[in-house]
Amino acid sequence: MIAITRSLLGIDPLFDGGLLWTPLFIVILKVLVVFVIGLVATMLMVWFERKAIAGMQNRIGPNKAGPFGLLQTLADGIKLFFKEDLLPERSDRLVFRLAPYLSFVPAFLAFAIIPLGGDYRDGNGGVVTWFGHQTRVQLADPPIGVLFALAISSIAVYGIMLAGWSSGSKYPLLGSVRASAQMVSYEAALGLSLAAVILVTGTLSTSGIVGSQSSLGSWNIVATGVIPFVIFLISATAELNRPPFDLVEAEQELVGGFNTEYSSIRFSLFFLAEFMNTITMSAVIVTLFFGGPQPISIGNTTLDIPLINNSLEGSIWLIAKVLVFLYIYIWFRASLPRFRYDQLMDLGWKFLIPASLGWFMLLAAQRLADNENWDQLIVMPLSIAVILVCFIFMQLAFRASSKNRESEGAAF
Amino acid sequence: MELFVFICAAAMVLAGALGVVLRSNPVHAALSLVLTLFGIAVMFVSQQAEFLAAVQVVVYAGAIVVLFLFVIMLLGVDRAENLETESLGVQRPLAIILSLGFVALLVTTIVQGRDSLNMRGDGLITADSGDHDANIRQIARSIFSNYVVAFEVTSVLLIVAVVGTVVLARKRKSEKDLTGVSA
Repeated sequence: MIAITRSLLGIDPLFDGGLLWTPLFIVILKVLVVFVIGLVATMLMVWFERKAIAGMQNRIGPNKAGPFGLLQTLADGIKLFFKEDLLPERSDRLVFRLAPYLSFVPAFLAFAIIPLGGDYRDGNGGVVTWFGHQTRVQLADPPIGVLFALAISSIAVYGIMLAGWSSGSKYPLLGSVRASAQMVSYEAALGLSLAAVILVTGTLSTSGIVGSQSSLGSWNIVATGVIPFVIFLISATAELNRPPFDLVEAEQELVGGFNTEYSSIRFSLFFLAEFMNTITMSAVIVTLFFGGPQPISIGNTTLDIPLINNSLEGSIWLIAKVLVFLYIYIWFRASLPRFRYDQLMDLGWKFLIPASLGWFMLLAAQRLADNENWDQLIVMPLSIAVILVCFIFMQLAFRASSKNRESEGAAF
Repeated sequence: MELFVFICAAAMVLAGALGVVLRSNPVHAALSLVLTLFGIAVMFVSQQAEFLAAVQVVVYAGAIVVLFLFVIMLLGVDRAENLETESLGVQRPLAIILSLGFVALLVTTIVQGRDSLNMRGDGLITADSGDHDANIRQIARSIFSNYVVAFEVTSVLLIVAVVGTVVLARKRKSEKDLTGVSA
């Protein structure tokens, strides 16, 4: 019976002794905290993005509501709440109403598996003691771990896709068709670069992945050799529909994109989901490649923040690392022009997916050679040669196919 | 607890399945299919097959139904269909006969094999071992050892299907080209 309850309650070790009040209270507290953190972080992220882009474009940005314009998002949110909620005449009513929630809920769900803090030093495994119970500073630590994040990001397609379709209007439909093609294709590259991380750490659980990155040299960005990280970052940007991959809402071509017909609170849900997804994805990147709440440590020296105990310090490190990635996303938006649609698809299918597959093979070969005590000096050049031959064949195939298409009179 | 989860998941699966059959709008039917797939994923979780649940959501709900919807939207068949008219006369009675046959088959299988249903398999009971990844380890071991041939043949089949689709979908070249150099 214990095993069954355990599997149903997300394998939370808190419930090992059956359903008790204190563990239940801790779990509810965690849910509340994660939800509130999500909302507040989204609010601040909107402000941060507007302010940072304003700075890059030599403007002032929001500066009226609250100190430094911090409350601008709140003011905008309140305004949106009280706007009239329009339902287009040709829309599919049920799906039109459903779609904002389908994109809002997954944005929050994925946040549940991120380790938000805790002491991962000295083999502690991120376990902290709250109210006499041992637990991790994350809402859930399911055995499928990062696969959950992948599943959630694949569900997020529905919100955008159905929003565009149910509007009963041409441009939103075009936007949503673009979105679904883009997100499904980049999910392949996302999953394949994730596979490299799983191969190196040997576990799916997010706390296990964080636990294995105890020093700077074992951070997965080093352990997997940078390439999976670059691929993950690019495909995550495409998955989020953020610039330079924001073809979903290319205003010059599609009026406003998939959310053209949305107004009031439903529009604000899409808006919230977009920024929430950005935060979640940054947190996922930090967890996978940059050690999550682990402090920076080289060899035996650890950068320790004095006067703060280790479990709280984890949260500070996590926030600092996530902020770096949020800034990188803003930077992308401010500096990169939008891709053309065929360029987007070429990048995804002809470059990122083969590159991540090839790199995965290389890592696997290296690992196998390690296990079987083969000579790395022979195995590595051999596998690189194999990959090079594959690459040449692929280029030849691309050349042949583009020549074929030209002879058939295609535009590109 | 297990019974409660099973009832909820079963209700989801059945409601979704009925929706697929009864909704006249193809998009609504596809969404009902998603509901069914989620119900099945919940059942996988309650059977401690978390990996299968995740794969179910990623592959079926996240990719296959999205492609269904994609095609429905692109082809513009997303209008409610009139179910009174039927282009193929035999189709409806044939479908009834076949589905009744399938139900009979299922019932006989369950009745015949109800003794083995009470037995508990030991394949995937891993929650007690404390090993978070026991699930995925076992699946990997059986796929890449016992069933490696079947697995590889399936992947070859998929590649053949992809290549076949690409060849069929390509535009037929003009007569002049066919006699020319390019194949």
